[in-house]
Amino acid sequence: MTAEPPLYGAGRDVFERVRTMMQWTPQGRALGLELVRIDNGKVVGRIPYRAQLAGDPDTGIFAGGVITTLLDQVCGMAAVVAMREPAVVATIDLRIDYMRPAAAGRDVFAEAHCYKIGKNVAFVRAIAFEDGPDNAIAHAASAFMVNSNSGRRIGANLRAEKP
Amino acid sequence: MSEVHERLAAALARIPYAGFLGVRAELKGDELTLSLPFGEHLVGNPLLPALHGGVVGALMELTALTQLAIASKSEHFPKTIDIGIDFLRSGRPVETYARARVVKIGRRIANVQAEAWQTRRSEPIAALHGHFLIAEDIESESKFAS
Repeated sequence: MTAEPPLYGAGRDVFERVRTMMQWTPQGRALGLELVRIDNGKVVGRIPYRAQLAGDPDTGIFAGGVITTLLDQVCGMAAVVAMREPAVVATIDLRIDYMRPAAAGRDVFAEAHCYKIGKNVAFVRAIAFEDGPDNAIAHAASAFMVNSNSGRRIGANLRAEKP
Repeated sequence: MSEVHERLAAALARIPYAGFLGVRAELKGDELTLSLPFGEHLVGNPLLPALHGGVVGALMELTALTQLAIASKSEHFPKTIDIGIDFLRSGRPVETYARARVVKIGRRIANVQAEAWQTRRSEPIAALHGHFLIAEDIESESKFAS
């Protein structure tokens, strides 16, 4: 069975739009997260190495949370790329297997692919690595809610909570 | 014992990434609560605005690792094998807290659950369950390797 071609994921325009979306995220900017490429619906992101993001001051290896955030972000972007009309997504769940620690001093990449998208939910897998997906740091499987902002206005989280 | 706990809380404070997030540790007996004051740099969705899911996951993972080190009476952090994160509510731009419960410590592997919440403990914004390689075994493994 042939997979449906990426719906929204072709052309330079898509790359620019996804890059804008990624830079729109303050946490992504704080991590230095970059969009590397979008190829055949696969989204590749990168976090340049920085000692400030280490999980252990002695080894300088990236904290697990850095890899988690990178995987979450590229998975979300892969879901957006698979849509007919781009919309905001929210993570429902994210499962990560950590095969090995990241190499100290190396940039970490993650490649994500949305293998199924419906009206409400997108399913995405991703791999984090330094050199290539064959030598993985971590594998991720995730589900996203599609168009998670629908029905909620801008600043919805700023309003006072109901007592 | 309590000295070990305090050293762990201090070890957590030395983690560069914990400083990047702005995580603070509070220890009551052997129960650890991590808190994460809101900062603009933690936002994932600036429209709502909402915390980045990865940040909430990272907070719970740090809590699980440290609570497990306390429970296994180790001064070293365990290694994460796998984690599963359920996102339950959008993280509002306020302080976030996390606590972890060590479900089982085996000879090599431990099972830990964690939750993150904001204004109400009974309304968690996210939950984590994970498996971790406990520190004693990491040491013995490295001995075999050398």
